[in-house]
Amino acid sequence: MMNKQVTLDAKNIPVNIRLFLWLPAFLFLLSFFFYPLTKIFSLTFDFSTLTNENNLLITRNSLLFTFYQATLSTILTFILGIPSAILFSKYDFCGKSFLRAITAVPFMLPTVVVAAAFNSLLGSRGLIPLLSSFFFPQLPITNYQFTGTLTAILIAHVFYNTTIVIRIVGNALSQLDSRLENSARVLGADSFSTWRYVTFPLLRPALLASALLVFMFNFTSFGVILLLGGSNFATLEVEIYIRALQLPNLNLAAMLAIIQLFFTLIFSILYTRTINQVNTQTNPQFSQTQKPKTFKQKIFVTTLCFLLSAFFILPLISLPIRSLTRLEADRGQRDEIQYGFTTDYYQELFINRRNSLFYVPPFQAAINSLSYAGMTVLFSLALGYPVAIALAKPTQLDKFLDPLLLLPLGSSAVMLGLGFILSFGRLISSPLFVPIAHTLIALPFVIRTLQPAIKSIPDKLRQAASTLGASPFKVWRTIDFLILSRATLTAATFAFTISLGEFGATLLINRPEYPTIPIAIQRFLSQPGGLNYGQAMAMATLLMILTTTSILLIEKIRLNQSGEF
Amino acid sequence: MLELRHVSKSFNQKSILQNISFKIKKGETICLLGVSGSGKSTILKMIAGLEIPDGGQILFNNIDLTSTPPHLRDFGLVFQDFNLFPHLNVFDNIAFGLKMRKINDNQIQLRVAALLEQVNLSGFEKRNISELSGGEQQRVALARALAPQPRLLMFDEPLGALDKSLKDDLLNEIRSILHNENIPAIYVTHDAEEAFAIADRILILQDGVIIRDDTPEEIWKNPKYVEVAKILGIGNVVEGEVIAKNKIKTEFGIFDIDCKKNKGEKVNLLITQSSKSKDEMINIKVEDIVYKQNQFEVKSRGAKFLVKEKTKIGQTIKVTVQVQCLE
Repeated sequence: MMNKQVTLDAKNIPVNIRLFLWLPAFLFLLSFFFYPLTKIFSLTFDFSTLTNENNLLITRNSLLFTFYQATLSTILTFILGIPSAILFSKYDFCGKSFLRAITAVPFMLPTVVVAAAFNSLLGSRGLIPLLSSFFFPQLPITNYQFTGTLTAILIAHVFYNTTIVIRIVGNALSQLDSRLENSARVLGADSFSTWRYVTFPLLRPALLASALLVFMFNFTSFGVILLLGGSNFATLEVEIYIRALQLPNLNLAAMLAIIQLFFTLIFSILYTRTINQVNTQTNPQFSQTQKPKTFKQKIFVTTLCFLLSAFFILPLISLPIRSLTRLEADRGQRDEIQYGFTTDYYQELFINRRNSLFYVPPFQAAINSLSYAGMTVLFSLALGYPVAIALAKPTQLDKFLDPLLLLPLGSSAVMLGLGFILSFGRLISSPLFVPIAHTLIALPFVIRTLQPAIKSIPDKLRQAASTLGASPFKVWRTIDFLILSRATLTAATFAFTISLGEFGATLLINRPEYPTIPIAIQRFLSQPGGLNYGQAMAMATLLMILTTTSILLIEKIRLNQSGEF
Repeated sequence: MLELRHVSKSFNQKSILQNISFKIKKGETICLLGVSGSGKSTILKMIAGLEIPDGGQILFNNIDLTSTPPHLRDFGLVFQDFNLFPHLNVFDNIAFGLKMRKINDNQIQLRVAALLEQVNLSGFEKRNISELSGGEQQRVALARALAPQPRLLMFDEPLGALDKSLKDDLLNEIRSILHNENIPAIYVTHDAEEAFAIADRILILQDGVIIRDDTPEEIWKNPKYVEVAKILGIGNVVEGEVIAKNKIKTEFGIFDIDCKKNKGEKVNLLITQSSKSKDEMINIKVEDIVYKQNQFEVKSRGAKFLVKEKTKIGQTIKVTVQVQCLE
């Protein structure tokens, strides 16, 4: 225990021990991030890759389409997000905090769940089309299509990112001092000039920052596009996936990955700059929410509340409903369709219908997912703890090394997968690579969770306890252990949740006989028949429940913590 | 020039202001004095056009402005916490009102430079607002309000956020500017000292009603109401009871004074210390002593008196006082 005490007195750690603390994480990044990155680079800067006309054409098209869909998605997100930001920052209404929480849920859900949720609501086997053809058989719904359209992609992107606009712009709006606008009015500005010269300039950094962040997320979006749009909608990400697995052209995939990395880097730099301006702008502690008073305000609040509830609640509810209702034939039979409640889709999850060697029952996928998640938790805690200790009281060295850890976040999951394929070739069939990839993604979150907790362990409290006669072990147990166990639990849950829902990297590197839940869902969705569809719904529902529970757990631990310190 | 006629305002069915009427003459500075929550700021907001009165009229030069939007009123307003635009520098803050009036750039340059000189901030044009001290910010706010040469200038507790010595300096500056520019002004404050220093006329606001409207001298001489005496912090307000005609009994003895009340009624008296020998003499028992600027402040039954000689707690001393009836 004495040993632990020494390592935790982070102030006094000498440089050689500090380096030692960084060593595991650094070696890990070196072999699983930087080494694959060099592989990608070396493939890209191959003369034949850069001059191949076909490659350049594909690159140009996918780049253009990526920008096109990301721009459209961002505009649409703003069309919903700005009024919502005004709603939450200016008005008080019944159910406000619930509605706000609901809009934030999608952001934390795995892409497969969101894709499945919209599929369950609007897809051709979804609740709305099936129910409307059931109740109104005379309705001529021919050529109804949702999945496989750009609309589906855009709607899901809006669903994901609206919360960013609500958060960043809403915050800026609620910190906006209305007396500044009053000053402008008294000084002779009409309402348009007030907006033009005072309100808008004050909000500009927030608008810009949220636009950049939303754009960046749309730019790198993968799961939603592949699952709702299909591989026809070839963004950079999808194209990398296609060129890595389906129509192998690894040189092209590598080139696309570098382009992707380049843009994400630019967006991140721009975003960091603008978000810094947002924070330093106006004086906080300004809440001026009010109940809607005029008729116009009431209409605005009611309509938007209704719209937001429908948009954010319906998909999340329709997923579990659809997983428990039979609305069509299981295997394309024309007659004897039983409509109604069913638990078949869940029961089927445990059965290997096809007796095929490559077919893995969903139950097995769940076990795979859980064991990958468990390994991710172990890896990321083992690597993250030493770094978090070093970062608790950082020296110049730590501050220099810190940003390196964030790099894997800036590169897309698909790119991580591609790097693995290029670097480890056949080795990749080892089931260890999936949790390793997940650890790369989870590590920054784990460190960010542990570091403030270790930092918060008050030296004075510990000294006080020992002067009161507590033995070193007792001091550690009563003070450090309590604080650390909470942080560890939060960090572990983060890693667990990230691993559970990860789709992009897993899709590229997982072995067919060891699918995870998201991969299994994707397989079921791509196969015909009501039973497959139902099973996809059932699995997505389970994943959604697991993820939401984890998120709630994290939130609860966090709340308790902030209550105590 | 400015006239309010029977103006009233309520928020959420709660009446904030009732039947407010007053006039301001050219070049006159009036002061709205009242405790916080008395509705002072709401009066300014209505005059500025930021709030619409529920009833009554606001006129300027006999023209009804009640529903004119704020940007067309040509009034200036200086807020307590400065409210400078954080995204603009000093020059652009001061020039804001001029730009809104589409004044040409050369004239703006000249006007801003002149104003900066007037508020002793020459050379501050390019400074950011965040680099300024509280006093400097308030000077910029003053210059910004003066820039478009408003027809009326309003101050909403302009010195509330500043410390004492800065307050006195700025108060003098504001006074001399108002004097030079000859602009009618309304100055809102809860600080009686500020009000007496700056006002030609003081309006005392209590629970949304103007209870006094008079010159500082008159108000000081005859506060007339308990609330006024308390806001001004003059003398001691003491309760008493009429025991006979012209006889009022208090904790400090019986005074010969006619408050035009009947026997048995309660009255409030204002007891102020005086040095005239013909005034009343009372005996007080010393309960607490504090040394204050060459004198001793003696407390007795909630009242305070100043005495020259050092006394002891428990001792009884004689004090000369003047007694007034209050309503």
